Amino acid sequence: MTELFDQLFVLLAHWLVGRFPVGLQPFIGAVISVGSIIAVFGLLFGITTVVERKMIARIQNRYGPNRVGLPFTDFRLFGFGQFIADGIKALTKEDVVPRAADQVVHFLAPLLLIVPVFLSYSVLPIGRNMVPIDMDAGLLFFFAVGAATELAVFMAGWSSRNKYSLLGAMRAIAQMISYEVPLILSTISVVMVVGSLSTVKIVEAQAGFSGPLPHWHVFTPWGFAGFVLFLIAAMAESNRSPFDLPEGESEIVAGYFIEYSGFKFAVFFLAEYLGMFAISGMAITLFLGGWTPPLALLAWVPSWCWFFGKLIGLVVFFIWVRGTVPRLRIDQLMNFAWKFMLPLSLMGIFAAGLWRFLPLGVVRWVVCSVLLLVAYALLGRGLAGGKPFAKRRYQYAE
Amino acid sequence: MADPWDLGLGHSLELGAWSLELSIAMTPLVCYLLLSALLFSIGLAGALTRRNAIIVLIGIELMLNAANLNFIAFWRYGEHPETLTGVMFAIFSIGVAAAEAAVGLALIIAVYRHYKTTNLDQVDSMKG
Amino acid sequence: MIWIFVILAMVTLAGAMAALSQRHLVHCALCLVLALGGLAGLFLQLDAQFVGLAQILVYIGAVAILIVFAILLTRGSEPTQQSALTSSWVMGVSVAVLTFGSLAAGVLASHVIPWASNPKPNVATDVAVNRIGEKLMTDYVVPLEVVALLLTAALIGAVIIAMKEEPK
Repeated sequence: MTELFDQLFVLLAHWLVGRFPVGLQPFIGAVISVGSIIAVFGLLFGITTVVERKMIARIQNRYGPNRVGLPFTDFRLFGFGQFIADGIKALTKEDVVPRAADQVVHFLAPLLLIVPVFLSYSVLPIGRNMVPIDMDAGLLFFFAVGAATELAVFMAGWSSRNKYSLLGAMRAIAQMISYEVPLILSTISVVMVVGSLSTVKIVEAQAGFSGPLPHWHVFTPWGFAGFVLFLIAAMAESNRSPFDLPEGESEIVAGYFIEYSGFKFAVFFLAEYLGMFAISGMAITLFLGGWTPPLALLAWVPSWCWFFGKLIGLVVFFIWVRGTVPRLRIDQLMNFAWKFMLPLSLMGIFAAGLWRFLPLGVVRWVVCSVLLLVAYALLGRGLAGGKPFAKRRYQYAE
Repeated sequence: MADPWDLGLGHSLELGAWSLELSIAMTPLVCYLLLSALLFSIGLAGALTRRNAIIVLIGIELMLNAANLNFIAFWRYGEHPETLTGVMFAIFSIGVAAAEAAVGLALIIAVYRHYKTTNLDQVDSMKG
Repeated sequence: MIWIFVILAMVTLAGAMAALSQRHLVHCALCLVLALGGLAGLFLQLDAQFVGLAQILVYIGAVAILIVFAILLTRGSEPTQQSALTSSWVMGVSVAVLTFGSLAAGVLASHVIPWASNPKPNVATDVAVNRIGEKLMTDYVVPLEVVALLLTAALIGAVIIAMKEEPK
């Protein structure tokens, strides 16, 4: 019974594919996987926009959107119809293209941004046997298509022939390139321990339990450090606060997508959120055990439920950080990436190597944790410029 | 069973008194090698004819990529693919090309700062 | 199979020719990206997964962006009024045509190449990425260390060369 729910979508897909003649079957299988990814993550995007606005509103002591419900009815649905309204507005707005803009590049930029983001979903294992393509070098594919989005950001910023747009694009690219290095280095420790670049094998390597704790990588010292670094770098890669200087409204008038309106702007927005989901999905796959349950007695819950539960948890965490932490300046951002996160991720790789070769038990826990904590403390204190810890002074407007 | 790669060019040309015996076997490897040669010569043409230093660098990158294609094609269709020689060569070539592009562009920026132009015809004196 | 090759080859050649003949420099860089993408597709078709994906990650994700930054920093985004070609462009094109001619003649007239072109069916399954890693750490460890040193030297060198000089 639990087996049936777990493999429900796989069996459904097989049944649908079996209804077609043999020659067309691979094509139909591909269409089903792609269509279901677009439908599920598109719906998740819509719901996330409303949840984000409501959560940030509550953090800021106000209500979020709470009036738009089901269309043509009186049900308010707590405001969850807002994304339908936003979608209709974006689709029907006039598409204004500046006369001096480079027409071809201006048109192609949103397209080139959204296609790699959708491509990156093809290597995420959403459940047991539920990965669209099981590539041997799946993790490398994910980062390669992530790198392709940077060029689209440049194309968007440059083709608008607007100084703020170009400045925003340059900052966004500099930020994305700088944070790509700790992102990839923090995954190298996982790849070293698992021995494969395939996402399916990485999840399967985290499937055991030792006592009550699962074998998730986040429950090891190097895995925890890697997870934290990966999450911070993921926030920077998808231009989310506190790293949203390239698109901050109060800083640079929305940065590289100033000159886009209507549907193209909606595509940029979609690409940012879908990128956030994809990279959270990768964090779950690498560190949080993918679709495996956290406790052995909860194994009756279907695998895809665990994946989506963890994904929603990470998305809520991202929204929480956005509502809480102030925006970083560009020099603070770059210093943080190159001087703090890069050495710490190198120490994470070293700690993962030590973990593999030290004897099992308390020794390797203590050694790896001490190594990482000492590195963190030294880097943190070293970069703080020697300012001593002092009690905070609050100054009120009296 | 018709080989899909057989383009039917295994004939001999007769141009009057000259009878040229060209039996071209258009196997996959030959197609890839010709494509790689074409890319190389396009890159060479660009590197030799354009004025701007950055376009010359783009031509050089194209030449390096054409050589990579050559290596991978020979690895795939040649003897002993399990020794991975072509793949290794291509990986190192990509690494070296990235390093060379970085240094080349830094040089172009330094030259621009001095001469205020990237036009290669105007950067023609050794006097600093 | 052959149609995938033909389409990818057409895309790559179109990108390469456009990259070297456009007047506007940023268009040249973007057409280069198209050519590099076509080449990555060709590598993936040749069952070289790691090289194809590394090509996208390194060339499109880093080298192309470096070229674009250099174009913007050297004021290349305004198209120049002078001609885009050097004064000796005839020599350049003829040298390139001669090169292509000799390479093609060498390939077509060879006796070895048509015989060595049996597509081995099990190439893809034999080549997992961890075999590449093993080879890098055993047979090719010296070139690996040399390339690491080279990349470090290039990084430091590029930063020093492009740094603004302090006014003395």
